Amino acid sequence: MEIKSTAMAGTLESSDIQITISSNKSGIQIDLNSDVAKIFGKQIKKVIIESLNALEIKNAKVKAVDQGALDCVIRARTLAAAQRATHTAEEPEWEVF
Amino acid sequence: MENKKKQTNFDEVLSEYQYEPFRSTKIGNPIVQRVAPRVHVTTGENKIVKSLKEVVKKTVHDGMTISFHHHFRNGDFVFNQVMRIILDEEIKGLTLAPSSLTGVMNELVIEAIKAGTITNITSSGMRGSLGDFISHGGLKKPVIFRSHGNRARAIEHGDIKIDVAFLGVPNSDELGNANGMHGEAVFGSLGYALMDAQYADKVVLITDNIVDYPNTPASIKQTQVDYIVKVDRVGDPNKIGSDATRFTKDPKELKIAKTVNDVIVNSKYFKNDFSFQTGSGGAALAVTRYLRQAMIDNQIKASFALGGITKPTTDLLKEGLIKKVMDVQDFDKGAAEAMQSEENQQEIDASWYADPDNKGAMVDQLDVAILSALEIDTNFNVNVMSGSDGVIRGAIGGHQDAGTAKMTIISAPLVRGRIATVVPKVTTVVTPGESIDVLVTEYGVAINPKRQDLIEQLSNIPNVPIYTIEQLQELAEQKVGTPEPLEFTDRNVALVEYRDGTLIDTIKEIKD
Repeated sequence: MEIKSTAMAGTLESSDIQITISSNKSGIQIDLNSDVAKIFGKQIKKVIIESLNALEIKNAKVKAVDQGALDCVIRARTLAAAQRATHTAEEPEWEVF
Repeated sequence: MENKKKQTNFDEVLSEYQYEPFRSTKIGNPIVQRVAPRVHVTTGENKIVKSLKEVVKKTVHDGMTISFHHHFRNGDFVFNQVMRIILDEEIKGLTLAPSSLTGVMNELVIEAIKAGTITNITSSGMRGSLGDFISHGGLKKPVIFRSHGNRARAIEHGDIKIDVAFLGVPNSDELGNANGMHGEAVFGSLGYALMDAQYADKVVLITDNIVDYPNTPASIKQTQVDYIVKVDRVGDPNKIGSDATRFTKDPKELKIAKTVNDVIVNSKYFKNDFSFQTGSGGAALAVTRYLRQAMIDNQIKASFALGGITKPTTDLLKEGLIKKVMDVQDFDKGAAEAMQSEENQQEIDASWYADPDNKGAMVDQLDVAILSALEIDTNFNVNVMSGSDGVIRGAIGGHQDAGTAKMTIISAPLVRGRIATVVPKVTTVVTPGESIDVLVTEYGVAINPKRQDLIEQLSNIPNVPIYTIEQLQELAEQKVGTPEPLEFTDRNVALVEYRDGTLIDTIKEIKD
């Protein structure tokens, strides 16, 4: 799926993650900001990439500001931001959930 | 392999810094020799010195050990004034030996390290930019962390030999009789500073309030004081107390506090004339509130409350539910003010409070201690020193000391954000699992298997599930996932002593 506009999901509250997705020429590029990056950075990026893959998004720039979110939250925020960015929020891909 | 390497490194540290390794929390009955300070004899005239600069020039020389107390907490104006002059005088090679370091001191300590003015540090702890600086190898020699009881022991043994103590006080007369109870920047108990006043070669009082002679009550006495300097202000009274008195509304903290209360009330220690110590965190304060109701309901009074004191504790004293408050430090204004109004609130020095090499310390008489933890592992070892990123951000405080209570309860959330509190192995061992009896989390309780008596007493409390600590650790890991191990270099940035002066752990430089 193509990124049609920049979109965001999530807040800067504790235990949340704010995901901003915008278009990218080639590949998925993640800019992660997290206090737990040292010990959970790889895992956070993995969950974001898996979530984008599930929606078949191949090219995207992702800015992730993490406040210690659990994997389920990261997945939910990434999917929400991705649907807004691809203008599919009104017709969610239910099988992805 | 990994363990073997770690062990070799620890052995090297032991021989390099001439330490015995930590073996047991039991102190036994050794005979120890204490040291005595030098006395510069005078009849007491001319102790008043016109300026801080003059007193620094008179007293501080290259290579000395200087000390401060941290009773002003983040409202401290004394440390930075003195350290600025020491820096300007280009004095080098000092050992900094305060009772602890608070955030307001950080920037000047870093500047003094960079200038070569401070080359050694021993403290209860450190936080913020200074912890970060030290963890990244900013100081050549490792910092030595000691508990409040251990600092008293080390001073009495001569392990810490203080050349000059700079002690800020809210009042003093012209000969040096002073207390922490009257004046502008009132902090209550002078507990930690009393060690410095007693053992330093030179004692400098810094005050903004010279009062008529003789000043009473005299916590620090004229017999101990060499110089007195008057400055504009010693501290900001609004920043001395934390927000500790605000009761938490966090449901997680309340659940933990209620469970801690259930554990205490159902243990054999909850009987008339029991004693307890709590910290200043939200959950600890809420425990005091629950405990108050339980004491009224069961018509039980406590013989004493110990340690760092908060308003909820002094309120219980005023209500007659606690007979005595044994006060080494006051965490908030309410507790500091009660110090002057309540005759049953007794100021105690750090040695009386917690020094293990003593003819009996107060902590030895303690029934119940409620303490916090950054991490606790499946051997019940507790870390209150290094954060989830491996960076120093805490203080031992009285943790190891109060940990020797008959029932030591760690109250901590199972996870904080994405960080597990209950882990397979703590980053830094501060208080050994041997002295921890019960862990209380919002999910349930784990009891140290060596305390079969407590397992029996606490197993049938309604709504308080008992788990093994391994089960709680697994539950935490299920929620947050498995973190990648932190990476450290081989360089030691800090040594953590146990309260008896043995080495319990080291902190390595963090790799970024």
